[in-house]
Amino acid sequence: MAHAHAHGHSVKRYTGLMDWITTVDHKKIGILYLLAGAFFFGIGGIEAILIRIQLIKPMNDFVSAQVFNELITMHGTTMIFLGVMPIIFALMNAIIPLQIGARDVAFPFLNSLGFWTFLFGGLLLNLSWIMGGAPDAGWTAYTPLSSTEYSTTRGVDFYTIGLQIAGLGTLIGGINFLVTIITMRAPGMSFMRMPMFTWTAFITSAMILFAFPAITVGLVLLSFDRLLGANFFDVASGGNPVLWQHIFWIFGHPEVYILILPAFGIISEVIPTFSRKRLFGYSSMVFATILIAFLGFMVWAHHMFTTGLGPVANALFSIATMLIAVPTGIKIFNWLFTMWGGQIRFTSANLFAIGFVPTFVMGGVTGVMLASAPADFQFHDTYFVVAHFHYVIVGGLVFGLFSGLHYWWPKMFGRILDERLGKWTFWTFAIGFHLTFFVQHFLGLLGMQRRIVSYLPNQHFDTLNLISTIGAFLMGVGVILFLVNVVLTTKKPAGVANDPWEDGRTLEWSIPSPPPEYNFKQIPLVRGIDAFWKEKMAGNKGMTPAEPVGPIHMPSPSILPFVMSVGLFIAGLGFMFSTEDFSNAFMSLIFNKYIVMIVGLVITFAAMVARSLYDDHGYHIEVEELEEEGKA
Amino acid sequence: MMKRWQAVKRLLPLLAMFALVLSGCGREDLSVLRPQGPVAQGQLDLIKLSISIMVVVMVVVFAIAAYVLVKFRRKKGQDEVPEQVEGNFKLEVIWTAIPLLLVLILAVPTIQKVFAYDQIDWNDPEAVKVEVTGHQFWWEFYYPDHDIRTAQELVIPVGKKIAFQLKTNDVLHSFWVPSLGGKRDTNTEGTVNYLTLIADNENTYIGKCAELCGASHAYMEFRVKAVDDATFDAWVNAFKQPAVLPADTELAEKFRTNCLSCHAVGDQGGPIGPSLTGIGSRETIASILLNDISGAEGSKPVKDNLVEWLMDPQAVKPGNTMPDPKDLGFSDEEIEQIAEYLANYKLDY
Repeated sequence: MAHAHAHGHSVKRYTGLMDWITTVDHKKIGILYLLAGAFFFGIGGIEAILIRIQLIKPMNDFVSAQVFNELITMHGTTMIFLGVMPIIFALMNAIIPLQIGARDVAFPFLNSLGFWTFLFGGLLLNLSWIMGGAPDAGWTAYTPLSSTEYSTTRGVDFYTIGLQIAGLGTLIGGINFLVTIITMRAPGMSFMRMPMFTWTAFITSAMILFAFPAITVGLVLLSFDRLLGANFFDVASGGNPVLWQHIFWIFGHPEVYILILPAFGIISEVIPTFSRKRLFGYSSMVFATILIAFLGFMVWAHHMFTTGLGPVANALFSIATMLIAVPTGIKIFNWLFTMWGGQIRFTSANLFAIGFVPTFVMGGVTGVMLASAPADFQFHDTYFVVAHFHYVIVGGLVFGLFSGLHYWWPKMFGRILDERLGKWTFWTFAIGFHLTFFVQHFLGLLGMQRRIVSYLPNQHFDTLNLISTIGAFLMGVGVILFLVNVVLTTKKPAGVANDPWEDGRTLEWSIPSPPPEYNFKQIPLVRGIDAFWKEKMAGNKGMTPAEPVGPIHMPSPSILPFVMSVGLFIAGLGFMFSTEDFSNAFMSLIFNKYIVMIVGLVITFAAMVARSLYDDHGYHIEVEELEEEGKA
Repeated sequence: MMKRWQAVKRLLPLLAMFALVLSGCGREDLSVLRPQGPVAQGQLDLIKLSISIMVVVMVVVFAIAAYVLVKFRRKKGQDEVPEQVEGNFKLEVIWTAIPLLLVLILAVPTIQKVFAYDQIDWNDPEAVKVEVTGHQFWWEFYYPDHDIRTAQELVIPVGKKIAFQLKTNDVLHSFWVPSLGGKRDTNTEGTVNYLTLIADNENTYIGKCAELCGASHAYMEFRVKAVDDATFDAWVNAFKQPAVLPADTELAEKFRTNCLSCHAVGDQGGPIGPSLTGIGSRETIASILLNDISGAEGSKPVKDNLVEWLMDPQAVKPGNTMPDPKDLGFSDEEIEQIAEYLANYKLDY
């Protein structure tokens, strides 16, 4: 680690825990996202296992109906917002600046703020388990079920407030990556020379920018209904519950593509590397990605075919949804033809990438089936839908994330994950996955609706549910194997080569693993697509620098993002309990008079004022230091 | 003769397979795969068409994937760099055009059926009208033409259009009879839905709530009894007979003041809870306790189920809004008597 001299004014550097809380380094924030994402993924996974245990046999009473509804709600919400989103952000943080040849993201301070608001929002949401009951109205929180009349615990308040705070973090992160990718690409890296993962991260960030405000508005309306007695969704006062469905899904459907596009990007990096071939049809991949994102905003009402929007709406949304199959199909064939004529290596990362292709195709074809509105009248809200979206999100996204983690682990941590354990992870997880979800297609067609705590015997549901539960346990084993792999690998010494897979194509493989704080001693000159591969093929050892060696400007670490997020956390709790009846006079005073909420907001605003008034120019790493490090 | 027998012998395993596949398709009264009416049949046809197209797609993709994975593995000592192919315009056009074509093939019948199944038959004089109202966690069925308000068990004439008007009294539910046709949500006032279903065969079909509606969402089932015209008319007649109250006047009074404030029997009582008229001839109690009339495995006598329900309604359907009879001052013995009375309250049709 370089101990930088302060330049201009003194900069405090931290070590240990304080280093992690104050860091603005995108690589460390990536690791923080990974840790937090893994934590919430674990919670969501345990919830999934509990759900499957409850459904292992008919009329089981492992959990009560109320707890079951809390489990399904929290499983969905946690996995989507707090499990997979942050792991996507982890990989984006760890890799995107390296892939575009940048020293950090555009707004390092905001990057840190995004992480901490996400974390505190997620923690707030999960606190509901120990503070009077988790949300129980489904991750979709349809009104009137989510109104105070029918959901009487604080659960849904934790949902609305927790997700608003966490969503703020996602929105901040999305804007940050948009700006980073637009403005900070190395010289020579035009848009059409960007690696595919960068492209998908770019499009996903743009989708976040448009989709997250919708859910934020929805959550504000719902929390106003619940906490301030507003009536946006209250029929008796002229509100309309169908409005909530529109707001939710106009966010909810793009969200699905926000999740899957980065996985497409990962697959588009891993398959070329391990086929030793460039990505087939790069430009059609780019346009397919843009088209999917565009169409993704045009299809939200296919979640509402049974709501009764009328035949014209149902017909239009059916067709729009089917059209998404076209760009998605283009991607699938491009991946297959990337491998065609290549030299495929079956590393763990590539196993997950290869496994992704057929699995995702299966999720995709059921998606087209669901797009047909009259058929959807039968599929909707059954286990067929449960099977479909798990094929897309687990078989697609989670496979993609595992692939990406195995692939970039050496770049992030300087150690290669054990290949033997990695392959075991793949096979247990993949087999478990298909066991769990393949049979659920049939459960749906046989008449099993989703979100049910139990079912009567003799409906042909018993065996299939048993198989599904066994599969879920096998998936659990797969995840545990991965964790074992991580622990064992972490104990090994670091220090793999810059390009440990030997066939790396993009800029991140041209620098040390893990990269130094400043990533690139000299910003590289990009001379084509797959910039590093191009140099290697030309016989060069590394990239041609685009600048002379000079002092590198670095941003200062700051505790302020953490403080701002703590403030929001306190304000959220205060707002949520403002309508609670406390038996204690003191508690009534501080909550019902909004004192806690105001204290929280004051903390956040004070930190914002401090940030605005104190001009922090950062510091420089001087040339001598860079040279020293180069020798060592 | 001999030859024909041999042919049959050869066909036997096939027939056995067929029977196996059929049983694998689920219950006749519940499965989407065994439609019992034109709407469900039409939807299954669409499902079959889409599955067929999708199977073709999957076979193509899987075949290419398998070929590539076998053929292009990196061999030991293989060090030359493979040709870096940028793309192939012709191929890319092909795999854009073919999916587009497949989507088109699916889109045409989709649009036809979207309009066919969204047709509103509420004003069709031929149709039997039923107003369906969802409640946490039971179904109310009102026949405006006959002024009949029943619950949990819908009786319909076979072969006739049944026009449903769907709404809810509390949260959103979704009305689904898989073997007769797809579901439709029961929304709040102002966004009322309409749905038409037809049953081809006499049978009792299972209906379910398909939209998460609270703790007992899983247990919010109902039955659809499809009967011939004469039986339907007999049922309408029987339903309109004056109420039968418990013979014991003291019990009758207690029943009237407590139960009938929400429930109805015949022309007496209120509409807040499910109607109890002829409850003794229904196939279920509280929609998930199966009565032996249904002949289903694991079913029990009506009275036993009624006792189980009345002793502890929350144990059977958590979160339901019926007060515990014991809190209303009913003794175990009185519950037993009420159950006895209700079990014997049958409709003659």
